[in-house]
Amino acid sequence: MSAARVEVAKTLKLYVNGAFPRSESGRTIPVKDAKGRVAAHASHASRKDLRDAVEAANAAQPKWAAATAYNRGQVLYRFAEMLEARRAEFVSLIVSVEGRGKSDAAREVDHAIDRTVCFAGWCDKIASVLGGKQPVAGPYFTFTMPEPTGTVAVVAPDARPMLGTLSLVLPAMCAGNASVVVAPMSNAPLAVALGEALATSDVPAGIVNILTGLRAELCPWIASHRDIAAVTGAFLPAADAKALELGAAENLKRVDMHHGAPAFDDDAFWHSPLAILPLVELKTVWHPSAL
Amino acid sequence: MRQASLRTRNGIRRCTIAGVSTSPFAYAPAPESVRPALKASYGLFIGGKFVEPKSGKGFRTINPATEEAIAEVADGGADDVARAAAAARKALPKWSKAKPAERAKFLYRIARRIQERSRELAVLESMDCGKPIKETRDEDLPLVAQHFFHHAGWCDKLAYAFPGANPRPIGVCGQIIPWNFPLLMAAWKLAPALACGNTCVLKPAETTPMTALMLAEILQECGLPEGVVNIVTGGPDAGRAIVARAGGDFQKIAFTGSTEVGKAIAKACAGTGAKLTLELGGKGPNIVFADAAIDQAIEGVVSGIWFNQGEVCCAGSRLFVEESIHDDFIARLKARMQTLRVGDPLDKNTDVGAINSRAQLDTIERYRRAGVDEGAEKFETACELPKKGFWCRPTVFTGVQPSHTIAREEIFGPVLSVMTFRTPEEAVQRANNTTYGLSAGVWTEKAARALEMANRLNAGVVWLNTFNRFDATAPFGGYRESGFGREGGRQGLSAYLAFGAAAKGGRR
Repeated sequence: MSAARVEVAKTLKLYVNGAFPRSESGRTIPVKDAKGRVAAHASHASRKDLRDAVEAANAAQPKWAAATAYNRGQVLYRFAEMLEARRAEFVSLIVSVEGRGKSDAAREVDHAIDRTVCFAGWCDKIASVLGGKQPVAGPYFTFTMPEPTGTVAVVAPDARPMLGTLSLVLPAMCAGNASVVVAPMSNAPLAVALGEALATSDVPAGIVNILTGLRAELCPWIASHRDIAAVTGAFLPAADAKALELGAAENLKRVDMHHGAPAFDDDAFWHSPLAILPLVELKTVWHPSAL
Repeated sequence: MRQASLRTRNGIRRCTIAGVSTSPFAYAPAPESVRPALKASYGLFIGGKFVEPKSGKGFRTINPATEEAIAEVADGGADDVARAAAAARKALPKWSKAKPAERAKFLYRIARRIQERSRELAVLESMDCGKPIKETRDEDLPLVAQHFFHHAGWCDKLAYAFPGANPRPIGVCGQIIPWNFPLLMAAWKLAPALACGNTCVLKPAETTPMTALMLAEILQECGLPEGVVNIVTGGPDAGRAIVARAGGDFQKIAFTGSTEVGKAIAKACAGTGAKLTLELGGKGPNIVFADAAIDQAIEGVVSGIWFNQGEVCCAGSRLFVEESIHDDFIARLKARMQTLRVGDPLDKNTDVGAINSRAQLDTIERYRRAGVDEGAEKFETACELPKKGFWCRPTVFTGVQPSHTIAREEIFGPVLSVMTFRTPEEAVQRANNTTYGLSAGVWTEKAARALEMANRLNAGVVWLNTFNRFDATAPFGGYRESGFGREGGRQGLSAYLAFGAAAKGGRR
């Protein structure tokens, strides 16, 4: 018998409420590597898994929103530290699963980690940049402040799974929202690794939940779920984007499919507060001012 | 100073004053001393000219206080919307590429001309809409002019409003507005769109087209380039025709109106790629704590629900009174209500004017019946109502349960539903127990409590110890089913801009 060591294969699970459950449905989806061989099996999230994730997100969100912006900033920075520690793992997953070159993979991972640091810094600045005090034409003290929308469904595209997923999740996190992510199945193992990085950072359980599964199957359920406040996605197949927009109309979820947005590489857009704007509510407060 | 006439109109005794006085106590001229110069009939405003509608149809818009016709206006159809969209598309390249500081001058001109014609516009608005001249003169028109003036200044400052984000026009905007603040809503839609370099097709509400048409004349007077603003009067068909072109002719749809129609528009826009903003209904809570300045709170509750006959999306239509002061507060509120003067909108003393239409009056009456049927206790003022026109007495329901229809649904009329609470926590929970989230009011002399309530109420606008305040610099818009997007101020501009480098193909 050969002395070659047998690798310990990882079971790919969902990330819900800070834990790693399998899909309640017991379903899995084969994950192929770049050479077309089945390398693993990812959990195939069901409608009930989605519901559980939304429930966890809604339960966790108020406390996350109530945390100081300074605190949220430190938590996001800690998340960046955890991503950096797993940098080699992310690069090798992109190479092995997607078949891309090592330097291309490294560029994406570095960009994603740097974007995480960028949004860590946004936490305590978005109120100054998106809000403000208004010089109203009357004796009133009037100001506008951003507030989190609530639970955000993040539907990530297949191309550039790490940068794309984080580009959509980070704006939601930094503004005080919780999110339920439908992971890009172009690299399910990478999505699972992102969950592991979250679990080992100080991001509270339930603030980011990651589901692997079939996007086309999950989109209509996301769209019609009454406890989801907003949906964000980019560069999705037209049918998925339309399904999300159509269902979102039922209870007027905020939905931003980033039609016409520049590619994820473009820091001028994806590092800017405009990436956060669709996931906050602006509240204007008036009070008379007089002696 | 002399009293020129004492006459009866609409069954209401009123006096008009003529002549000029140097007395410091002189009356302002009577509103009707300025009669708006109206034509018998109006076409559609397309490509800078008034044109006959292709639909060949028209309808008469009436004064809801007298049921008399004001003028005949065109009933635009799908072909007319297509024509207006083509005119807006044609005007877009030049307008969007015009030097921003030059674009600004047109908006400044419009603001100035509105100020010059504000009396005329205020009278016409009161005639067409039914709202009191006191409000059109002192609230609507000053805000309309301010909105154009404020946004004029943004034209050449957009890059500073969104640094590094390369803000640029979206394209052609289709805009549909309601009948409760007809000219103000036109200003809220047009001013930011034009400042950002877009061109527009605007559809005023079916029952209140007049001031938009007078605005079209002003745009002509100001030399606004042809096709930059096109106004298509008409009913739901014209509105549907605009929405049907979302993503094609229109890169942006903006709508203010009911939540029901807003949802239908959101569905119609799904998959088209058009940018959408919706400003929809509300069921605003007005929360009075026992430690409030009670007289001020009473005035705030009155303006919260009887401003513009309660036909206000952000009206404070649910009153939450701390239980310990409920009986006294309601008694004082009822006494104050009896002093509200209901009647001729053109009378400067009128507090509550006419309901906008027969249909809306029917809706309000249906809710008033539902309130009684479901067990709430109704109180209405004892005022005499004019014989003709559409009128509703200021109404308060006490003993309202959260499950009652009048506690849940937007009535859009002068009807207040009163409930109580014991703790601030309960007040927050009950106030937020709605699918809407447009406005909220809080009355307390305790600053820390007021600010924490502001933090916790789910509403786009929170008025602390005041209500129904608006300003061109202050963003306005809803949470949840009250819609999305903001109007006014720097924050409102993003609804009319695209950002970042234009999308390129290839890798993402």
